[in-house]
Amino acid sequence: MREYQPQEGYLGRGLSWQKWLIIGLIVAALHFLPWTIPPQYVHIMIMIFLFTITGQGWNILGGYAGQFSFGHSLFFGLGAYTSTLMFIHWGLSPWIGMVFSCFIGIMMGLFVGYLSFRYGLSGPFFALIMLAFAEICHMISISWKAVGAALGLLIPLKGTSLALMQFVDKKPFYFITLWMMVGALYLVWRMEKTRMGFYFLAVREDNDAAEALGVNVLKYKMVAMTLSAGLTSIGGTIYAQYLLYIDPDMTFGVMNSIEILIRPIIGGPGTVLGPLLGSVLLTPLAEFTRLAFQSYSGVYLMIYGMILVGVIMFLPDGIIGLAKRVFYKMRKEVE
Amino acid sequence: MESNSFLHVVSVSKSFRGLHAISNVSLKLNPGEILGLIGPNGAGKTTLFNLITGFLRADSGEIEFLGKNLVGLEPHQICKMGITRTFQIVKPFSHLSTLENVAVGCYNRIADLKEVEEKAWEILQFVGLNKKALEPASSLTTPDRKRLELARALATVPKLLLLDEVMAGLNPTEEHEIIDLVHKIREAGTAIFVIEHHMRVIMGLSDRIVVIHHGLCIADGDPRTVSEDKNVIEAYLGKGAHLAKD
Repeated sequence: MREYQPQEGYLGRGLSWQKWLIIGLIVAALHFLPWTIPPQYVHIMIMIFLFTITGQGWNILGGYAGQFSFGHSLFFGLGAYTSTLMFIHWGLSPWIGMVFSCFIGIMMGLFVGYLSFRYGLSGPFFALIMLAFAEICHMISISWKAVGAALGLLIPLKGTSLALMQFVDKKPFYFITLWMMVGALYLVWRMEKTRMGFYFLAVREDNDAAEALGVNVLKYKMVAMTLSAGLTSIGGTIYAQYLLYIDPDMTFGVMNSIEILIRPIIGGPGTVLGPLLGSVLLTPLAEFTRLAFQSYSGVYLMIYGMILVGVIMFLPDGIIGLAKRVFYKMRKEVE
Repeated sequence: MESNSFLHVVSVSKSFRGLHAISNVSLKLNPGEILGLIGPNGAGKTTLFNLITGFLRADSGEIEFLGKNLVGLEPHQICKMGITRTFQIVKPFSHLSTLENVAVGCYNRIADLKEVEEKAWEILQFVGLNKKALEPASSLTTPDRKRLELARALATVPKLLLLDEVMAGLNPTEEHEIIDLVHKIREAGTAIFVIEHHMRVIMGLSDRIVVIHHGLCIADGDPRTVSEDKNVIEAYLGKGAHLAKD
């Protein structure tokens, strides 16, 4: 057994300058990538970044605070519809619409969160409540003419304009999503080292023990919900602007909830890099299988299902969790 | 009621669907005291702890701590006021390291990460867990989990510490180590209210002992008096037991 001497830097260790350098180089290299790969790959990169953002949104609530949501498409859809409707009807820039999206998403999150957490709903019950609310919005968006009903909404393209977040080319979206993803990863990384970060983990591990140690469990669940809903809504807005079209199924649909949660779960829930890793692995897979089996449109979902079953059975803490366990074992054997 | 009382439980009752878990229990705890709480299985000991720490709400009666009524407050508020409990069935944050477990407790009074870490190491050394600081809590042995439970509670800097059977399941050597710790904690000025099944341990540890049986307080006094009390012997050994001894 190694003797750990009392020494600082084990909690929330900062990164060494070498690691910062590597991260800096990777991010810098990503800035040149769109000019070196064909446009369809730029599309895949954008989807990777976008689903890292929404995955990180899910991760704050589901991974860190341990409240497993099965209906994050609720926030994604609200984000997409809010900014889109504001743009179509009032010509409001999606950048400002994004703020409103965020606000609406958070309000809905606080409402659903308070309903569930106030009465101690957690685990599968909370997951189902989230699913139920996502489905309610799904049904409303399918049948309400004012929001386009089942046909969805087409966002009128007014030419390349930064102010309107509209670009004929894919590259600007590449940069928008890249920077937002880097921002989201950085914020979550910072969050891990604060009281809030530690309290989220305590809430996830054991509500009673957390309460006994002075953690306001209800409050921190609501805070996690706020951050999570806000971030996922922002993802929805960007998605709508990127595709210039939204419909009920692709925003509020159950499949979209699965798209959002499967990446952090496979990468490693409750870790900064989990959503990114999951997204890097799954997004290309989804896009390619969608292309390869065009006539069988559901094939990639079957593949998702199989991967999800495998990961939950064999890698409950995702790939990063597995890596940590292997590393821990190796260190023990060396001693 | 005197305003200078430390912890004052005044005729508190709690029943679960007609079952009187605690009826009309009153007791007082003085600053810096180690008060033992004993009673046969199902007497209501843990229920009393749950009432004091806000995990359950008393049906009637008052619980005063430093002149403030605790009834109706949430557990985390009570923890902020200076009462921290441990759980009979230990509840480590299994996926976190031992150090991180203690850090969660430290954040109760400290906001800065650096100070939290310093304090966490200090406490781990105090309870003798510093060698396992970076192990996941799930890998700890039973005695170490008990220590961790104690360490986390201490990290919140309580004025009053409620220990629910911290020595259950330990061998005599380990028991002694915990007893030493409890004495040290008291010397640092923290009052302690302890539930313990093990008679020899609690008799040696406590300054004063309260006995409850079927939710009623049946004795209150120094260990010697309590152990010779007629009601207590009856509760533990049945009616007529003290006669047999004569």
